[in-house]
Amino acid sequence: MYATFARRYLFVSMLIAACFAPPFAMRGAAQGGEPECFAIRGAKIYPVSGPPLENGTIVITRGLITAVGTNATIPPEAWVIEGKGLIVYPGLIDSFADVGLPAAPASAGGEGPRAPQGVSRGPEDRPATTPWRSAADEASLTDKRVETWRGAGFTTVVSAQKGGIFPGQAAVLNLAGDRAGDMVVRASVAVPVALQPSGGLANFPGSLMGVLSYVRQVWLDTDWYTKAVAIYEKNPRGVERPAYDRTEAALAEALEERALVLIPANTALQLRRGLGLADHWKVNAVLYGGQQGYEAANEIAAKKLPVLVNLQWPEKPKDADPDAEPSLRTLHFRDRAPSTPAAFAKAGVKFAFYSGGISAPKEILKAVKKSIDAGLSADDALRALTLAPAQIFGVADRLGTLETGKIANLVLTDGDLFAEKTKVKLVFVDGRKFEVREPARPSEPPKGDLSGKWKLSYTTPDGPEEATADLTMASDGTLSGTVTGKRGTATLTTGWVSVEKFSFTVNILLQGEPFDVIFTGTFEKDSMKGTLAVPGFSIDFTGTKPGAQLTTRAEE
Amino acid sequence: MNRAPTLLTLAFAFVVLCGREAVDAAATPAAGAPPDTAPAPTEPGQVILIQNATVLTVSHGAIEHGSILIKDGKIAAVGQSIKAPEGAQVIDASGQFVIPGIIDCHSHIAIDGSVNEGSISVSSIANIADVLDSDDIDIYRDLAGGVTAANVLHGSANAIGGQTIVIKLRWGQPAEKLPFEGAMPGIKFALGENPKRSNFRAPGEARYPTTRMGVEETIRAAFTEARDYKKMWGDYSRRAAAGEKNLIPPRRDLRLEPLVEVLEGKRYVHSHCYRADEILMLLRVAKEFGFKVRTFQHVLEGYKVADEIAAAGAGASTFSDWWAYKVEAKVEAYDAIPYNAALMTKRGVVVSVNSDDAEEATHLNQEAAKSMKFGGLTHDEALKLVTLNPAIQLGIDKRVGSIDAGKDADLVVYNHDPLSAYAVVQKTLIDGRVYFDRQRDIAERADREKEKKALLEKEKKAGEAGKEKPAEKKPAEAKPAEKKPEEKKPPEKKTGEKKPEEKPKPPSVERSTSPAARSAGTRLALPGGGL
Repeated sequence: MYATFARRYLFVSMLIAACFAPPFAMRGAAQGGEPECFAIRGAKIYPVSGPPLENGTIVITRGLITAVGTNATIPPEAWVIEGKGLIVYPGLIDSFADVGLPAAPASAGGEGPRAPQGVSRGPEDRPATTPWRSAADEASLTDKRVETWRGAGFTTVVSAQKGGIFPGQAAVLNLAGDRAGDMVVRASVAVPVALQPSGGLANFPGSLMGVLSYVRQVWLDTDWYTKAVAIYEKNPRGVERPAYDRTEAALAEALEERALVLIPANTALQLRRGLGLADHWKVNAVLYGGQQGYEAANEIAAKKLPVLVNLQWPEKPKDADPDAEPSLRTLHFRDRAPSTPAAFAKAGVKFAFYSGGISAPKEILKAVKKSIDAGLSADDALRALTLAPAQIFGVADRLGTLETGKIANLVLTDGDLFAEKTKVKLVFVDGRKFEVREPARPSEPPKGDLSGKWKLSYTTPDGPEEATADLTMASDGTLSGTVTGKRGTATLTTGWVSVEKFSFTVNILLQGEPFDVIFTGTFEKDSMKGTLAVPGFSIDFTGTKPGAQLTTRAEE
Repeated sequence: MNRAPTLLTLAFAFVVLCGREAVDAAATPAAGAPPDTAPAPTEPGQVILIQNATVLTVSHGAIEHGSILIKDGKIAAVGQSIKAPEGAQVIDASGQFVIPGIIDCHSHIAIDGSVNEGSISVSSIANIADVLDSDDIDIYRDLAGGVTAANVLHGSANAIGGQTIVIKLRWGQPAEKLPFEGAMPGIKFALGENPKRSNFRAPGEARYPTTRMGVEETIRAAFTEARDYKKMWGDYSRRAAAGEKNLIPPRRDLRLEPLVEVLEGKRYVHSHCYRADEILMLLRVAKEFGFKVRTFQHVLEGYKVADEIAAAGAGASTFSDWWAYKVEAKVEAYDAIPYNAALMTKRGVVVSVNSDDAEEATHLNQEAAKSMKFGGLTHDEALKLVTLNPAIQLGIDKRVGSIDAGKDADLVVYNHDPLSAYAVVQKTLIDGRVYFDRQRDIAERADREKEKKALLEKEKKAGEAGKEKPAEKKPAEAKPAEKKPEEKKPPEKKTGEKKPEEKPKPPSVERSTSPAARSAGTRLALPGGGL
């Protein structure tokens, strides 16, 4: 049975490889013949703008929704999709991420100072400050997450660079396009601020209070710059010219365009502080984090500030010292954080969800489900993934609901969006159809545990190679972990174990292009064997657990 | 003194940033410490009568079998025969002692993030008020030691440090409710070894100043700049008022604004210091620029220059009996003596005894009592060291510091004379609300333990249902309901101090490039590390 399966599986991957030349497949082009008009009929439709429609039809023409209803006319040229058994939702929006932006170079990846001389002695050195960077300009379809996020039902992200106190300006990006520019729905919607001290002991700012004062000074400087330039431009003669400052100029322009300022605030203390900062800074603020909002929901509602809620709920750290007892307050926080969205909904706080630190996009909706289990209505949950973020970022006139004239961003599932077994079947981004590919996963539970560090050996055309797989298996057989080889470390994008079979996928860069490498095989206690495949090519591998190897070495 | 070896061992790590600063109390909870969340205060607005107590008013002697009536958070009456109004909550304090709430004139509790903006020699841009942490369990622990107000200071890594704030220890209230309303804000200065970075230096760092001369020059330079900044704004206002058009206003400079406030007498200077020479130096500089030093903090050699301190109208806030630490390469605490508080008091200086440390603050009553042995202060004089005197030093003595009608009902109830080693706080009130109640705390501990266990169990189950086997959680040991005095650990001031993260940096060059500095043409610091 295994042999048949493996052969079929390999065949399928070969076929995929043959059909789609890798560069195109990976660039996120729509799969198939690119029709311009689609109609989905007989589906359940959640427009979000109104009550759900049973047996509804939705028509998409040239990237836009052109009809929604129970008796919408289907144009003759439409590619008709039978929607029986399917549910149509507006494309989901991840309201704060860096998806679609290529990973920052290592030096800028941390929170380190970016002052040109590498030394920061005060606000004038503008430490860790690059507000002129634009996510719209830096958006790229080469980011592997464009596809994985889309596969989880996300058609849109509000993305900004990470790292630094003023990392750059966020843009609303659609997760598809022929060219990077196609992704941009709206540029410069927000200026995220981080309050991480960037300097340490020898560089300013080295403390939270230092960062807060620094940011305040930057706003004052920006305000001064705006006024000084206006005075100067009116009558330059006889007036000392105000010096150009890239930070002030970029922020002045963003604020003039009414960009939102995103203020980090996760605990109740930070949320209350954030409310005060919004006042003191005199900006259109949105708080992000929000997880201890159950303690401050009414205060936030009173200030009418929207909140982006981080879906990576606080958990017991994986490497927690078993003897270190968390405080009762910490335990309360871990227990109650998922109840925050319900508290927000009740208090009338406008909120949207974002993936936060979640790296496997399939976990995002599971995290939303936790907040539904903690009292949030499914309608409010859907809204926080669609219309609410569109409203917060000022794009509700084009995104967030299934209404005529809006951008055709849709997600089609085979069941309730938040049910565990539900699968995303189709995703439309700007009217382009994407089927969600997923290696077939058998339903039998795993026999044995694949968790642990494995040493993998295989022979490429260039000679023998070794890699290490550090795997963690959940009780249902879902695999997570990393594979480290010659080309660096890659995180598993999917993976499963069923009986003695397994499959996992990592994505690596080969000659600058991202490729899925799919490992499939069987395992016994301390050994595994199987095949690793990239489109158009596959080789056998064997694996052992180092523990077993150690024994061998000892015997030698 | 079992304290000395600890001090010797740990002084290095410690003085790095703050002098003898903030111990990370969360990392070293004392055995039998209250749980990590604590009971919320009682409801406000209650009319309360404390009766049958020995009331130590501090301002006008002791009242045996005395009563204190509290209305609207204020002391309505103090005396021997006060009847309980209808509906009043009566606290019978028979055999117990009531004193005004203890005021800690040098504290680093309730700060979110680092106590120091240690990167620069003039960090006046940083403000403790921005980072008050109402969740800091040290607030509750110090409350349990009878502290009701604290002067929350920036660390001492800088000649001119950050802005400071006086708080009331209103545990359970949001951070915005902590500040002592109307109290004058302050700024921290630091003299001597700490701002020189004698005992610690980031790798490759070459920060100016590295000598006491340099510390003096740094302060003078900063105030010269502040004076110019003030003048620049004055000129602008005059020209704008005269109707001049097309005037570009000066930039606001958050670093210089607090220094201008010091020059204008709108902000107190609290200066960390040890040696007599540096104390005299700061008095000279202050005189030159026309500002006052409100308090000298630590001021270990204050007894040598007590007359000069008294003449300048400055207060002195010191330790009870810390000496002979910081004696390694850089001697500056060598001449400290336990008679310091008493000697300065006798020369007319307003003296307080402070904690500089969350644990020390839990027994400031005992710290004050030591001056009765060392230097022969009276009972009242000793008690004043932690009540009325720090209130005077912080300019809040019209509101707190003694038990007088009209003052805030910030009170501490002890089971014994508070200057006795057997005294244990029973209740602490702020604004007439009971924020700490020993009986209630003890009664609620079991429930808290139970709740904690239930949550841990829930987490464990969720973990098993999800992935992998979670790590076994040891059942929490039952905590002793009461801590015996002899079990009390000796103060470990330096344990738990987080070592600042050491990041290798290229050698830095001090420079002054703030817009104001550029336009004013003055320097904040010498280039090239000064040496």
